[in-house]
Order: sequence, then C-alpha cells, then structure tokens
Amino acid sequence: MQLDNESRGMFWRSVLSAVRAALRAMLIPLLAVFTAMLTGGVVIALAGGNPIAAYVGLFQGAFGSARALSETAVWSTPYIFAGLAVSLTFRGGLFNIGAEGQLAFGAVAAAWVGYALPEVLGLSLPPIVHLPLAIGAGIVVGAIWAAIPGALKAYTGGHEVINTIMMNYISLNLVSYLLNGPMKDPDPLNVIARTPLIDENARIPPIVEPLRIHWGFPLAFLIACLVWWLLWRTTLGFEIRTVGTNIEAARYAGIRVKRILVLTMALSGALAGLAGAIEVTGLNYRHELGFSIGYGFDAIAIALLGKTHPLGVVLAALLFGAMRNGATRMQFLTQIPVDIISVIQGLILLFVAADRIVRYLYRIRVAEERVVLTRGWGG
Amino acid sequence: MDWRRFGFIALIIAILFSVMVLIGRVQTSPIVIVTSMMATTIAVATPLTLGALSGIFCERAGVVNIGIEGMMLAAAFFGWLASIYLNHVYKFAPLPSLIGGVVAAVLTGGLFALLHALLSVTFKVDQIIGGTVINILAVGITGFLNRQLFFEEGSIFGGDVPHAPGTLPRIAIPILADFPVVGRIFDQQPITFAAILLVMVTHFVLFYTRWGLRTRAVGEHPRAADTVGISVERVRYMNVVIGGLMAGLGGAYFTLESVSSFEPLMTNGRGFISLAAMIFGNWTPFGAWAAALIFGAAQALQINMQFFREVIPPQLAILQISYVVGLAPYILTMIILTGIVGKTVPPAADGQPYEK
Repeated sequence: MQLDNESRGMFWRSVLSAVRAALRAMLIPLLAVFTAMLTGGVVIALAGGNPIAAYVGLFQGAFGSARALSETAVWSTPYIFAGLAVSLTFRGGLFNIGAEGQLAFGAVAAAWVGYALPEVLGLSLPPIVHLPLAIGAGIVVGAIWAAIPGALKAYTGGHEVINTIMMNYISLNLVSYLLNGPMKDPDPLNVIARTPLIDENARIPPIVEPLRIHWGFPLAFLIACLVWWLLWRTTLGFEIRTVGTNIEAARYAGIRVKRILVLTMALSGALAGLAGAIEVTGLNYRHELGFSIGYGFDAIAIALLGKTHPLGVVLAALLFGAMRNGATRMQFLTQIPVDIISVIQGLILLFVAADRIVRYLYRIRVAEERVVLTRGWGG
Repeated sequence: MDWRRFGFIALIIAILFSVMVLIGRVQTSPIVIVTSMMATTIAVATPLTLGALSGIFCERAGVVNIGIEGMMLAAAFFGWLASIYLNHVYKFAPLPSLIGGVVAAVLTGGLFALLHALLSVTFKVDQIIGGTVINILAVGITGFLNRQLFFEEGSIFGGDVPHAPGTLPRIAIPILADFPVVGRIFDQQPITFAAILLVMVTHFVLFYTRWGLRTRAVGEHPRAADTVGISVERVRYMNVVIGGLMAGLGGAYFTLESVSSFEPLMTNGRGFISLAAMIFGNWTPFGAWAAALIFGAAQALQINMQFFREVIPPQLAILQISYVVGLAPYILTMIILTGIVGKTVPPAADGQPYEK
C-alpha cells in the first residue's frame, strides 16, 4: 500500500517535472512572440494605424467563429509539414532554405497525377489508389528535388544554403513554365497560370462539409509524431542527430556521413513535397502559380520558433497559421496591409535567434542553450 | 586568382556572346552585337559586383553574410522612397533627389548591416540564421511600407504611386566613349562606374593597407589578432557595416539606376548569386568581379535575345523558351559551387563567433 502510494507520487512528480521542463522550454519563444507583437504594434502605430484595433481584428479573424477556426487549421496544415521539413535538416546539421521549391514541385507532381494520370493510363482509378498515388508523387518529387543539393553537399562540398536557394529560383522558373505551357488549364476562359482541376477520386474529403478544413490537418499531427519517432526512436534518427551534432564524431563512429546527409535532405524534401501535395489534393484541387511563394522562409521561422522539436513546430505552425489567416480580417477592418504579418514574423525570428535580448528584457536567468546549426562554408 | 579560373570565366562569357551573335547576325553585324552585349554585361553585373564586395568585406573579417539579398532589397526600397520624398514633398530637382536616394540606400544597407553585426558579433547568433533574419525582415518591411504608403486609401501618396524622378543619367567617358560602335561600352550610369572603382579600391585596401591586414588577420586567426592587440569585435563591426554600405549601393542600382520603380522581391536572388561570385572569385575583389561578369553575360543574353525573338534559328529553338536562358545564372552558380573549376579556400575563421 505504502509502496503503491510512493510509486504514484513518483509518477506525478515525473509528470510535473516534464510539464515544468516543457514550460521552461516554451518560455523564451513565448516571450519572443510577445515582444515581437509589441514591436509590431509600434510599427503599426508609426505607420498611422491603431495597433489595438489591428490585433483585435487579427484575433477575430483567426479564432472568432467556426469558419475562422477552420481557416486557421487550413493555413496551419502546410506550415506544419514545411516546418517539420526544415527542422529535420537543422537536426542533421543542414539548412534547407529550399522548402519553397520542393513544395512547389510536390504540388505540381500531385496535380499532374491528379488530373492527367487516368487519361494517360486510359482508365479511371478508384480513390483508394488515386489519392495515395497523387500524394506519393508529391513526396517522391519533393525528395528527389531536395536530394540534389544534399548530394552536392555530401560529395562536392557545394554549400546547401546557396544551392537550395538557387533551386528555389530554378523551380520557380520551371513551374511557371509548366503552368503557362504544357500543364496549363485548357479551359478557353482561363487566363491564369494554373493546372486543370484534379479528378474527384484524387481529393482528400473535407471533415465538416461547408468548412474547408480537411483530413490533411489531422494527418499533419500524425506526421509530426512520426518525425519525432524517427528522430528519437530509430537508428536512422540517431545517426541524423549525431551527424548534426558532431560530424567528425559521427564519421569516427562509423556512420556513413555522406549517405546520411543525402538522406536527411531527401526526407526533408519529402515532407515539403507532402505539404504541396496536401494543398493540391485537400484544398485547392489544382496548383496555381504564386500560391507557394513565401512558404520556405515562413517554414524556417517556424522551425526556429519551435526549437526544431516536432511538438514546438506544430505549435509554432498553428500560431503562424492563425496570424496569416487573421490578417485578412485585420486588413478588412483596419486597412492595415496583411504584410505587417511578415514584419512581425521577422521580429519573432529575430528575438528567438537573439534570445539574449529577450533574457535581458525580462531578466531571465535560465541557463542558456546555444543552438548550433550551420557554420561557415566549410564541409 | 589562378589562370584556370580566369580561363573558365572567359570561355563561358565567350560562349554566351557567341550564342547571341549566332542568333542576331541575320539582322545585325557581330561587332555591334558583341559591343551591345559587353555594355549590358557590365551594367547588369553591377549589383552582383557590389554584393560580392560586400561579402568580401564581411567574410575576410570572419562574418558570413547571407543577408546581402535583404540589405539590397531594403536599400532599393528606401533609396527609391527617399528620392520620391525629396522630389515630391521637398520639391528637389530630379538629379539631387536621385543622389539623395542613393545616399539613403547606402545608409539603409549600413543600418541593416549594423543589425547583422549586433546579432553575429555581439550576440554570437549563428550567422546564417542572423542573415536569414535580415532577409525575412527586409521582405516584410518593404512589402508592408510599399503597400501602406502607396496603395492604401488616405496614405501619404493618396493610394497612387507618384512618378519617381527617373533614373541616374548616363556618363560618357571622354575620348573612349567617342569611338564609333565600341564607345557604347564606356557610356554607362554612375553606380556601374562606382562599382568598378570600388573593386580596385577594395583590392588596395585589403592587400596594401594596415586595415586590410588586420581584417584578414581577424578572419584567419582571431585569437592571434587579439593577442597582438587588435580588437576583433571592432574590426568585425566595421567590416560588416562597410559591407552593408556596399550592399546598399548595390540596392540603389535596382530602383535608381536600372529602372525607376520598386516591386516587392525585385532583387530576385541577386544577393545570393553575388555570394556565389564571391566564393568563385576566391574572396578576392577582381576574381569576384570576373565571376559577376559571367552572371551579367547570362543575363545580358536573356535581355538582348528579346530583340531577336523572331529570327532565332531552328537549331537554337530551345532558347525560345526564355525560361531556359533564365535558368542559366542559377545553374551556373551550382556548378561553380561544386568546385569542379578549382577549389576555393574561405578565410579560416569564416562564420565562427569569437569568444575571448
């Protein structure tokens, strides 16, 4: 009896300490967000707007109704995938700035499978085959697109930061060529660079009919768990993290470093490609030029705000989704351009990266943990 | 700078020029085409050259700067904004307004660089993340202010973009510019001339002055520099800010020299490409300039081809898809970074915060 009580006490104590650790980990990011919102308010005021009205509009737009909540979920979905993509590379000591291009190519691949594959094969595919094929195509294409800079890094030393950026511009050019040319919606009334609508059988069903929230949103949570499992419960995850922490030690321990570098980038690209595929199959039912612009940099901010941990990434993505969604209503109510959200996001990133500012402002003395990511052009 | 690398640069530029001659020779004589290509190449290489110089100053002192793209974008916007204010609100004549705009752009670059120095030198933030912060902030601030000031009802310019005071006037170098046909090369706008001048100045400062020696010492072995009494922090701050001023001048090129308008995201990756030029030039000013000219030539081909759209011979038909030529600078960058054209050696302490 006494033993039982003691073990129960130990259990609760361990839960308590876990919660406390989580709260401590979240303290700096939360204060960074708070400080960024304050600074953003000053920017709004300087530009001649009313910050309080702006933030009230932002909040209403993000959480004010069932529709607002659904839209926040819709906005957050690709952010979760893309944020996971970037944080995975951070864990592996790489910096993937190319999520945007990988996402766009994933979307294009999923759209092509969605509208053209039945025609090419000459048969109609049932949903159970067609939808996974479309999503799978997005994943594979995203993975291949990201594996290229990964391989360049591993085998030639070409730095992945510049290479992924270059591949963003290449994909932007290629995708705009595809959407204006071979893949353009042939509807005679169409003047937009976009693909035709995908087949009914390749679509993810919505969860509650009039709202746009779709099953891709719960899937994002599932994938976040999967990434956590991969990183902390598998050998591959251990190898990725070891390469990320100390590449020399990893090599010495017999880890095939080059293979891991390529694989990390490919997995990251797969997640980014999945983001694009889910947007096409779950939300827009086609790919349109320009829809994915900015996702890559948002994803970096999300990964850093979430401290590159899957749980943190999910929370950060929800926050960014809420802000992007609420911004439309804010602009409608107060005429403050939605672009202020980018300023606030930049400030969040600034305060997260330079957490010494936050520590100084709020007199926090929690031990400092330095995030060491990529350094210099070496390697 | 080794000859192999210069040979590669010359070869690529020669290929790009030859393609243009092949396309245009039905209509125009080769000499005219080559001259026009040269003039365009030198002009459009300007922001890349300045961006690369900016990178050289920062990285020779040991600070990686991938925020050059953002610094250029912010400078392009604020320089343009300043020129419009001076012209419309303070009723300055166009030329002084433009000069004021250039000054504002240069200062904007310096200010953003100060932030980068604060992050990477004082707070010792990972320098690539610091640069990313600059890039995201620049996109946000320029996008926000551009819309808030020009496209919102009741804003300063009444929801209407006023006419910008034009672009900086051309300057013809006496005698050289008077030559028939080839004189065109020596008739350029001021920032282009300034960039070439700054290549020489940077070379001199870096390799023939005490300041340059200290900069390189701090970038190669900060502890040794510290030991002999050089303030690592001070040298890094100064160099990052000087680099920012250069990037700012590069930004001015976009809205005050090339065209007279601003568009969100208009720098289009030039800041990143200039880093590739810096790497390919092995962190030397002349090498970086030569590398910038490759990218300039690729872009010049794309620009000049538009005049010959109808006469592209069938064996070069693939070039009709302008996207293909548009991809050239980016693919070239990736090829160069593989090091197959010769390995480059960055400053030894590049990207490492210095801890006493």
